[in-house]
Amino acid sequence: MKILTQHIDVPGIETIDVFMKNGGYKAVEKAIKTMTPDEVTEEVKKSGLRGRGGAGFPMGMKWSFLAKPEGVPRYLVCNADESEPGTFKDHYLMWKSPHTLIEGMIVSSFALGANTSYIYVRGELMYVINILEKAIQEAYDKGLLGKNILGSGYDLDLFVQPGGGAYICGEETALLESLEGKRGNPRNKPPFPAVKGLWQCPTVVNNVESIAATSWIVNNGGDAYAAIGVGRSTGTKLISASGHIKKPGVYEIPLGITVEEFIYSDEYCGGIRDGHKLKAVVAGGSSVPILSADNILTTDAGEKRLMTYESLSEGGFASGTMLGSGGFIVMDETTCIVHNTLTFARFYHHESCGQCSPCREGTGWMDKVIKRIETGKGRMEDIDLLVDVAKKIEGNTICPLGDAAAWPVAAAIRHFRDEFEWHITHPEEATKPGAVYMRPGASWSN
Amino acid sequence: MSNIVFPAETLDLIKKIIARYPDGKQKSAILPILHLAQAEWKWCSPAVMDYVATLLSISPIEVYEVASFYTMFHLEPVGEHVIEYCRTGPCCLMGGVEVYDHLKKRLGIQTGETTKDGKFTIKEVECLAACGWGPVFQIREKYYMHLTNEKVDEIIDELSK
Repeated sequence: MKILTQHIDVPGIETIDVFMKNGGYKAVEKAIKTMTPDEVTEEVKKSGLRGRGGAGFPMGMKWSFLAKPEGVPRYLVCNADESEPGTFKDHYLMWKSPHTLIEGMIVSSFALGANTSYIYVRGELMYVINILEKAIQEAYDKGLLGKNILGSGYDLDLFVQPGGGAYICGEETALLESLEGKRGNPRNKPPFPAVKGLWQCPTVVNNVESIAATSWIVNNGGDAYAAIGVGRSTGTKLISASGHIKKPGVYEIPLGITVEEFIYSDEYCGGIRDGHKLKAVVAGGSSVPILSADNILTTDAGEKRLMTYESLSEGGFASGTMLGSGGFIVMDETTCIVHNTLTFARFYHHESCGQCSPCREGTGWMDKVIKRIETGKGRMEDIDLLVDVAKKIEGNTICPLGDAAAWPVAAAIRHFRDEFEWHITHPEEATKPGAVYMRPGASWSN
Repeated sequence: MSNIVFPAETLDLIKKIIARYPDGKQKSAILPILHLAQAEWKWCSPAVMDYVATLLSISPIEVYEVASFYTMFHLEPVGEHVIEYCRTGPCCLMGGVEVYDHLKKRLGIQTGETTKDGKFTIKEVECLAACGWGPVFQIREKYYMHLTNEKVDEIIDELSK
């Protein structure tokens, strides 16, 4: 079942003519000509679509929070600041099929009553920004953007805004600060963007994939979308698969397939690279807890784990993780968990905006202490020190970057503590190039 | 440094960029204009940032504090080609560390340095959102993916011509 990527390999799909020949922009016509904004919102609510950027908050509900005072403009801002390590799905979608996002932007802007909308794209993706701007111009030329769209009286201008290289701007209030031309420091909430967002006006910020899905929901109905998936995990999800698999790439899956199928079936990752065995997976982008092979494939209850929000989080952080942004990083037995954790800790240290002390100081200390262990200078008490620092960051910051920095470190120690200990007790061996600890008795296979 | 003026067509583009935002909110154009400035002058010198401030009728500090927050802006002079390689987890899993070591050896410089002929600068950056196609580096707008030592040599050969 493909919704967003059904036509992604059609040659020329990045042009509006080919896109429209393949059914593109029908949702704009249907929404604007035959539905009210509230009816569109109602379908999105019915669909059960949850925010695909990582938080998983129901999109229709988020829309319904938007304040609508008379005479005040409302904005839709698309969050295309995709920067979570392991995640490259929005990059892929915008690069291959820019009109899929633009169509969703028009439908969503109409539903929210926004007359000016922005797509905030991370600045590194300047080539994708150029692709989007070209596609937007095509949409203006066809009368799908601008004044009086398709003769309906509805006006919409759509602009692309480049970021400047800052992971924190994926946090919605930091993104708004950045769009206002400031440093990306997250705002205190409340007020929420739905009430005071861009330039203090009511604003909805949604992820690329979420917005893109609204076109299909308008065309086919919220019930049809909700019929895909399992329970509260409805619809399809783009999964960015990277690491030691045969076929890295972006896959659109119906939520609810098993993790096992996703890793091993030829339709998706195609299994672990030849001659190697599965050791660990980070299932939802660098910020979610890493799990060992056993935990990712099977829940504590002995059931096969599913690619859903609920199943991946089953067992809490003791044995579960999160679907997050769908950044699925697969590691085989050659992976040094300490080194991988160091790259994540270094990432969050680098990306902390510095506004809250626990995050600014804590990420720095975690980076430093893990580096000490990785380079063979660790002390046994460092392991508990890391756990302690992580605990003191978690929940004590304005935005979720603090949690995102704390979780991967805490989880790596929770599931691979022996690997950290080995680095400390065997510094000479551990610092040899390519050295990896093998847990006694571990087969790392499934 | 009085020669810091955008070409006429860039100034036209800047007018259009400023028109994307409501009246009085022209400060929102800082990031787009800094990108244009860096494309024009390779790095964001204080004089360039002052010029950007005058274009937007804001104080220079408002540009400095933004340019220094976002990592894409070079606040020091750089070489002709700035190679920005991704050092984050997924690219390392794909053999990034070895490939980047090869790159440094090949150019005879470390991260953050520029070759003596001023041709290449190496910078390390965080995740470039291309994890499934790693290891990855970026030179200006172009992504170079699935890097190997051989590929790195080819790219450097090509850019050295």
